[in-house]
Amino acid sequence: MPNVSAFERLPCRPQAKVTVFVEDDPVEMQAHDSAAAAVLAAGLLPSRTTPADESPRAPYCLMGVCFECLVEIDGTPNQQGCMIAVRDGMRIRRQCGARDMHGEGPHGDA
Amino acid sequence: MATPDYDLIIIGAGPAGMAAAAEAGRQGLRCALLDEQEEAGGQIYRAIGRAPLADERILGGDYYHGRDLLHAFEQAGTDYRPGTTVWGVEDDLSLDVSRQGRSQRLHTRRLLVATGAQERPVPFPGWTLPGVMTGGAAQILLKSSAMVPPGPIVLAGSGPLLLLIAAQLARAGVTVEALLDTTPRGNWRRAARHLPGALRNPRLLAKGLGLLREIRRAGIPHLKGVDGLEALSRDGERVTHLRYRQAGESRERECRTLLVHQGVVPNVQLTRALELAHDWDEAQQCWQPRLDAWGETSRPGIFVAGDSGGIAGAQAAEEEGRLAALAIAEQLGGIEAAARDRLAAPLRTRLAPQLAIRPFLDVLYQPARRFLVPEDDTIVCRCEEVTAGELRRIADAGCRGPNQAKAFCRAGMGPCQGRLCGLTVSQVIADQCSEPVDAVGYYHIRPPIKPLSLGELASLSEPDTPTRN
Repeated sequence: MPNVSAFERLPCRPQAKVTVFVEDDPVEMQAHDSAAAAVLAAGLLPSRTTPADESPRAPYCLMGVCFECLVEIDGTPNQQGCMIAVRDGMRIRRQCGARDMHGEGPHGDA
Repeated sequence: MATPDYDLIIIGAGPAGMAAAAEAGRQGLRCALLDEQEEAGGQIYRAIGRAPLADERILGGDYYHGRDLLHAFEQAGTDYRPGTTVWGVEDDLSLDVSRQGRSQRLHTRRLLVATGAQERPVPFPGWTLPGVMTGGAAQILLKSSAMVPPGPIVLAGSGPLLLLIAAQLARAGVTVEALLDTTPRGNWRRAARHLPGALRNPRLLAKGLGLLREIRRAGIPHLKGVDGLEALSRDGERVTHLRYRQAGESRERECRTLLVHQGVVPNVQLTRALELAHDWDEAQQCWQPRLDAWGETSRPGIFVAGDSGGIAGAQAAEEEGRLAALAIAEQLGGIEAAARDRLAAPLRTRLAPQLAIRPFLDVLYQPARRFLVPEDDTIVCRCEEVTAGELRRIADAGCRGPNQAKAFCRAGMGPCQGRLCGLTVSQVIADQCSEPVDAVGYYHIRPPIKPLSLGELASLSEPDTPTRN
């Protein structure tokens, strides 16, 4: 089923392809895309909830200013998704509420 | 003190940084350029070395001008360090930098900050909802990933960049449901007296008029005098519709993507951390570091070029970068003052029209008051979810500035370290206390100026810390 919240790709010059997993679903991306772009391509909204009030959030500025794109990447929480390029096999997960101090996500795969 | 590794370290690989590096190379300086991004170009020429979009008409010729800058920079022999974050700067101009989780200290004789602009915070009810993004964010995705947001798409705000994004989306064949223009109606009248200055830059004026024409031809409804903007959600998870007032009537509109924009402001995180003198710019409603004609700051040896020194656009940034590089070459004995001035003359000639049009644009696109000092229930600090009403309450309780506000209500204490709320927090407190913004001041930015893991910090003390692999 197509995700109506997903961003779409326009025709591109040839780019190297990689596969990442957003909440375990495979998403084909281009090698220089950011992890935040993968979140948007997968239509994963909200991509986090805040520690203060658990309100829903998603990537906002995409230029490293707002920190709204914080996600869990390969088991490490609080990763600034817009500043990190995708890698083949990267696993991106939604980040909910406050995280503990030991860098472990709720999924126990840190 | 350790021997400097470099004559010049430039921070930021946008137009100012790339042009400065190219000029520094010509003048024989040992120069490094550090950039947070993995690819040179800054935000304006984002991903210019790769430019994935097949159809070059979508972004337009001004974007691809970045290739010339990139080419000149690549020929300059600069020690280019992409993906590098600067998290501390010492008084002796040693920089603590981090790349791929490893830290290193670099020493330089001169420092040029070229960290560019960021979008002005646009607080309004519902702006934290998923599906609401900045116009600049949509443009970054278009440039670096050739991606466009899901419809229905509505654009709201004020400023030339908003018009450009509407036109670029239309060229890409994407339907823009409406452009809600929040530019206050009185701005046109007040801007008119600055028109003679604007006429000194006919090319930019023509570009603006061309964009308006393109938006009209594309059939995008361009609604003027919009206020009372609210983003709303039926499911509590993401934006589903909007409410706004136009021509005295309240209206609603469905949308899945709302792109907001109220102009850009200097990114002052680093210049503030360096404790440089800053002034409040009333026309641009933002802070600027105090600079001399070459871009040198209140701390000798530290220069700023491009939009991080005051918004003047990409073309001005290039010239300012070159001017700073020439001044630094002269200070370090590379060229005589007379040669510096001779080389600077054509740069200043090209810079002049870029600066001449600013008073007109600054007044024309000054944001509506409601975006500068929002209503009580609007969130100002997104990280800690502090509202404008809370800021007014603590101001009434005796809070006299943004630094006290941190203790009173945690505004600016979240992961963004006040990057996004700083401007608004100062303005709301100043407004509530009936003080000038200058008197209220800004957050003290302390190192680490980017969030850092303890591992990155600890790696600084290890010998032979690798920075690249």
